[in-house]
Amino acid sequence: MSTEFHRHLDEELDALRDAVLRLGGEAETALRHSLHSLAERDTGEARQVLDHDDAVDQMEVDVDRRAIDIFALRQPAARDLRFVLSVTKMAPVLERIADHACNIARAAIDLNNEPELNNHVRIHQMGEIASAMLAKALDAFTRSDAAAAREVIKRDAEINSLYNQIFHDLIELMVKEPATATRDARLLFVAKHLERIGDYVTDICELTVYMAEAAIIKHRH
Amino acid sequence: MKILSRKDRSRRSVSALMTSLTALCTFVAVGILIVILSYIAMRGISALNLRFLVDTPRPVGEGGGIGNAIVGSGLLLLLSCVVGIPVGIACGIYLSEFGGGWMVSGVRFLIDTLTGIPSIVTGVFVYAVIVLRMKHFSAFAGGIALALIMIPIVARTTEEMIKLVPHSLREGALALGAPQWRVTLGVVLPAAASGIATGAILAIARVSGETAPLLFTAFGSRFFPRNLNEPIASLTVQIYNYAISPYDEWHAQAWAATLVLMALILSINIVVRFLTRQKFS
Amino acid sequence: MSASTSFAAPKFEVKSHSSAGSTVTKIAVEDLNFFYGKTQALKGISIEIPERQVMAFIGPSGCGKTTFLRTLNRMNDVIAGTRVEGKVAIDGAEIYAAGADVVDLRKKVGMVFQKSNPFPKSIFDNVAYGLKINRMTSSRSELDGRVEEALKDAALWNEVKDRLKSSALGLSGGQQQRLCIARALAIRPEVILMDEPASALDPIATSKIEELIVDLKKQYTIVIVTHNMQQAARVSDLTAFFLLGKLVEVNSTEKMFTAPTEKLTEDYITGRFG
Repeated sequence: MSTEFHRHLDEELDALRDAVLRLGGEAETALRHSLHSLAERDTGEARQVLDHDDAVDQMEVDVDRRAIDIFALRQPAARDLRFVLSVTKMAPVLERIADHACNIARAAIDLNNEPELNNHVRIHQMGEIASAMLAKALDAFTRSDAAAAREVIKRDAEINSLYNQIFHDLIELMVKEPATATRDARLLFVAKHLERIGDYVTDICELTVYMAEAAIIKHRH
Repeated sequence: MKILSRKDRSRRSVSALMTSLTALCTFVAVGILIVILSYIAMRGISALNLRFLVDTPRPVGEGGGIGNAIVGSGLLLLLSCVVGIPVGIACGIYLSEFGGGWMVSGVRFLIDTLTGIPSIVTGVFVYAVIVLRMKHFSAFAGGIALALIMIPIVARTTEEMIKLVPHSLREGALALGAPQWRVTLGVVLPAAASGIATGAILAIARVSGETAPLLFTAFGSRFFPRNLNEPIASLTVQIYNYAISPYDEWHAQAWAATLVLMALILSINIVVRFLTRQKFS
Repeated sequence: MSASTSFAAPKFEVKSHSSAGSTVTKIAVEDLNFFYGKTQALKGISIEIPERQVMAFIGPSGCGKTTFLRTLNRMNDVIAGTRVEGKVAIDGAEIYAAGADVVDLRKKVGMVFQKSNPFPKSIFDNVAYGLKINRMTSSRSELDGRVEEALKDAALWNEVKDRLKSSALGLSGGQQQRLCIARALAIRPEVILMDEPASALDPIATSKIEELIVDLKKQYTIVIVTHNMQQAARVSDLTAFFLLGKLVEVNSTEKMFTAPTEKLTEDYITGRFG
């Protein structure tokens, strides 16, 4: 194989990495804006998130196409193979994170039509943790840092425990003040979306570990 | 009609010129051969008849023929082949299979030198070594002289032909557990066979035309040969004798004998080619 | 992980990760050094080749993989000025020991070459050659049977059964190569060495040979040199990577192509050099 051959491969791998990181950036932005629109009761911001979702879907398709071309035409091996495979699995996960962010934005719009509820603190905490996890997971992926990825996975426990608490609190609230039931339910769904986002970020970290170390750690923690 | 550029036209005309030149040269070469053969045929056909082919020479005016000369040439050729070709091939095998040591290079140099020795010198040598010892001329000496001329030619062409056999063929045989001698004899030689045959034919053609060495060794005779220890007639010597004679009748017989000699050489060529045709190539 | 990071550094740790199938060692090589005159072509090669598996030798041109292959049946002996140091043992018997029989070795270890080299004889005579010179059959019918068996094993029988007496040189390139394989199989070796057997063939002929190799490994130990990494990936159970006369890594093929141990191996496999 000539060096010219491998230069094309490197360019394509870099382009693929850029594409998936752009997708990740979109997911981060969507999450951040949706949480912000919830906290600030900003319907406009929420709508922006929704409008942008189509573009995000397109990006996922773009990543897929690039990855398939590399598989078919370059027969990547070893490290390159694990990289392309991980990216292929990561793209839909990021797209789903963006989807959940949209769902949060929709909930925000609905909630903005109702009087404010005081119980946002833990939701905001969950949101912060989820955003932080996503950012760190994408960082770890960019640097192929398996150790950092593993650290991020540990934080998922925090999200899960917060979710359980919110669940109890909101159910209690629904029982005590039935008038707020609709709002409580919507908030509960937001919490659920955030919990799912936490799981997805875990998936991203597992893929990063596989990519860096060829170790499959799914379903093991 | 295609419009040709100037360059195209000049290239085409140069090409046509070269083609015509080479064709011309070919015609000249082939033409000369045809002219020679026709001339010989023309001159010789008059004296050619069955009696001529089986009779022994007789004094002028009584006819006579070249029967014994044909048989004699045949015997001498056979004798030289029996000695010269196997020895030549063996030499060729030695040169090719035993690589490039100083001894092999020395042998090769000697053989190359031998190729260039004038045949009359070979004849004189055999005269000194065999004829004088035996105290008479003989077919045996004649055969040896011809063989000595043949050996270097056969050896060198054999060596070249064997070298042309691809190394991969040898490796294929070796990899099957064949010892080296088996590879040489069973795979390499058969593969080089047609080339070696060409070398043999070249050698035969060369010696069939030799006259000078035979003058000192086989000498000549007017009778059919009885054994190899006596002098023996040959076509070439006979042609020589008739040609330098002052008699027209004998001149005509010389032409006829030449025609017969050419026909014999041609037939040998065809037969050997047929027998060693490469069935698998 | 390897201690070496530099391309030209001499010290490599060889990790043997034979994991598939049988683990009985067929060929054991210990500290093999090989010299063409003054040039050292192989440096300290140690490897164990297990029986009834396919091992592929990969590496850039000039890395020594073909030279090493040829030491396994002593084919380098025919080249003048070569010297071998170290041990090569097949079934425990050292093949370079004084008095070792080369002819016997080559009956046990057959070879198929890069460019097919059928003899200019008939198809039948080609396959029968090894049997005849080693006097392995006692009757004409037995010879016929062995030839047929070999041609069947090489997946060539159906294509040539009606023209066994015709010239071997009339076959296509792929068929000629399968004929050479049949010729090697006829004498029932235990090991088959293949030096880039499909490099001169078109893709269809190549895939036929590759399928044949996978079939043959049920009975034979196969070592194949290839410069085509995808071929090594498709066909072999174990892969050995050579570089500049040294053995860099031996691993199961699956590991070699997903997560090789040595960085040099990974660089080669991902096309960073070579």
